[in-house]
Amino acid sequence: MKTSTFAAFVAPSLVMMLIFIAAPLFYVFGQSFFLTTPVTEQLMVETCTPGFLVQNCVQETKSQPKLDADGHIVTQTQFVGLQSYAGILEPAKAWAAVSALDYGALMAIDFWRALRFTLMFTFITLPLVLLVGLGVALAVNNTAKSLRGPVIFVSLLPFIITPVIGALAIRWLFVSDGLLNHGLEWLLGHPVSMFSQGWTIEILMMFFRVWHVAPFAFIILYAGLQTLNQDAVEAAIVDGASRWQRLRYVIVPHLAPLIIFVALIHLMDAYRVFDEVVGFRAEAHVISLQYLTYDFLVPDNTGNRSISRAAASSMLTLIGILILLIPLLRRTWAQHRGAR
Amino acid sequence: MYLRKLALAGVFALMGTTAMATCAFENSIPLKSLTAGFEAWKSATSAMAECGNFTPELDQEFATKQATAFAANPSLYHIGGVANETIVPLINGGLIRPLDELVAKYGANLQPNQLIKVDGKIMAVAMMVNTQHLMYREDLMTELGLAVPATYGEVLKVAEAIKASGKVEYPLGGTFKAGWNLGEEFVNMYMGLNPVMVNADGTPSVNNADGIKTLEMLKALTAYMDPEYLTSDSTFVQQQMQQGKIAMANLWASRGGAMDDTAESQVVGKVNGAAAPAAVAGGAPATTLWWDGIVIAANISDDEADAAFRVALEGIDTEMVSAHSDDAIWLIPGYTPGRLAGGAIATATATPSAPSYPSTTTQGLMHGALGNQLQAYFTGEKSAADTLAAVEADYTAAAKEAGVLQ
Repeated sequence: MKTSTFAAFVAPSLVMMLIFIAAPLFYVFGQSFFLTTPVTEQLMVETCTPGFLVQNCVQETKSQPKLDADGHIVTQTQFVGLQSYAGILEPAKAWAAVSALDYGALMAIDFWRALRFTLMFTFITLPLVLLVGLGVALAVNNTAKSLRGPVIFVSLLPFIITPVIGALAIRWLFVSDGLLNHGLEWLLGHPVSMFSQGWTIEILMMFFRVWHVAPFAFIILYAGLQTLNQDAVEAAIVDGASRWQRLRYVIVPHLAPLIIFVALIHLMDAYRVFDEVVGFRAEAHVISLQYLTYDFLVPDNTGNRSISRAAASSMLTLIGILILLIPLLRRTWAQHRGAR
Repeated sequence: MYLRKLALAGVFALMGTTAMATCAFENSIPLKSLTAGFEAWKSATSAMAECGNFTPELDQEFATKQATAFAANPSLYHIGGVANETIVPLINGGLIRPLDELVAKYGANLQPNQLIKVDGKIMAVAMMVNTQHLMYREDLMTELGLAVPATYGEVLKVAEAIKASGKVEYPLGGTFKAGWNLGEEFVNMYMGLNPVMVNADGTPSVNNADGIKTLEMLKALTAYMDPEYLTSDSTFVQQQMQQGKIAMANLWASRGGAMDDTAESQVVGKVNGAAAPAAVAGGAPATTLWWDGIVIAANISDDEADAAFRVALEGIDTEMVSAHSDDAIWLIPGYTPGRLAGGAIATATATPSAPSYPSTTTQGLMHGALGNQLQAYFTGEKSAADTLAAVEADYTAAAKEAGVLQ
């Protein structure tokens, strides 16, 4: 392909990526080092609000932002360096907890609590998603041709459901008066509360994520199985390879690049776990890094939000994902160079 | 929620075109409103829609977008629905207009009590008050020979007796959902002991003996609740009550009428209301008084503001109230309280009286910090003192970012 043709094809998506991905990213990166605050003044204000019959009037000292001539709030922006990052990581407290080997004290800091869950969630669901996906792909590959269509359709259903809706559905099934919870109580013979402690919620979250994402692994790996060289499989059979050996030495090596691809995508997705926390109303017991960013960003009812800490928190999430992806990317890169 | 909102907007838009008969004037200027989505606002906005050319938007998460939408020029909405907290960013940003002239021109039927005054200027017109009241199963209490509790100490005793009788699954319900709801429970109980949560200089003041007493009482109450109480919001508690699973709950007044809704409730006629319990004997009910009302955007033309105010008043007039008297504790003339409004009115008129929820930025920050941090005490991760220290640290960090603390 001529360079100019190549450029013409690539340019539009490059421009899009610069505008919609790179620019916001740099903006947020910059924002995490600055703090914008309104300039406020302390005023004594009388506020009269209704009781049922008569008004209550109170004199209160209020901090109110100053308005400029155009009626806009006067703000000041200052460079604060790593202050927002420190506000999230709380390094002094965290270090004290680590050096005292006090796990509880470390988990009392929101960021480390969220990081603990996010990492555990990512690393437990990853092998499960791959195993379930591969299992379903092999099973579908071995069913009669006439049944494959319907089986594929049914296996893909969980992936089609919007994650928040799926999470809500699971919550309603397992909440105290939910259908499946009644079933569990009947089976076990004592009351069950799935949402009253952290570990049961975490199990439900991981179960939901595996159920939801395994079809994605399945469809990719199933496509890979279609390109499997049947001669190699038959040769292995002739050589007396068992079913397990064929899987271990023929099928999995053939699928390896796809397995890495699925792992890459899943690591990125799972590290940004968010829907489960909101859908399960888990914020009391379990929070994730992405939820932390959201929590900083949502204004309270009087309109205050922590933009700078939200920016810092999303940068930390990005750094976390990059660290997780390095080993996989290095492997892909090595293969890429080897292939040339 | 989005779909429901759309559907509602559609319904109201239809009503706007078909049922103009009951509005006193025909509105010719296109108007929009942004309000919360609970029952009282549905009634009020559908009455406003009768004037024509009016598109209401009802959204329980309205507060997250209201200030931004009103800051646009021209403002994206003409009429806003606000309460104690949510009026703060609008006043701070100068986004709503003083209503003194409009009230003088059109507001002859308004009660003086309805006019929200900030610094002497009328900034909003209230339509209802909201507060907590103690809802209880009168049939069970009579059967067990129990008196209606007036303090939280008595609530615990009555709950123990109900638990012993085994009549209901859980004696108590409570809006303890982590976040705003749990923060509100704390604010209510704390204010029953001590009116100061934030000092005049903006520094926090909850890590004290009253804060610890508050947390301990709230924790004691949770022993009689569904163990999943940290996910329980007002709607959940309302349903627990309607389905006969709980016997008592200190719940929003606006949820009272639903107990006698034959379509939803299995306990019609069996529930009664009393004033919210006090934190200490002889004290004020441990709750705060809230109001809901309308504001008019600043960034619109005077003609639009004129029309918007007239339409808004149509929505909160006597005619609407007489058709929907069970939806709220209305402040509007012509309101006859229903059976289940008694508890809330007793709360609002008690002596000593419960304080109004403070309309200040610092209170909003404190409520946010409480909502973020309190659950650690209930899950057992932190002690009461550590939790309150974390609340104060969270508040201080947010207050510095908001510019109210140096």
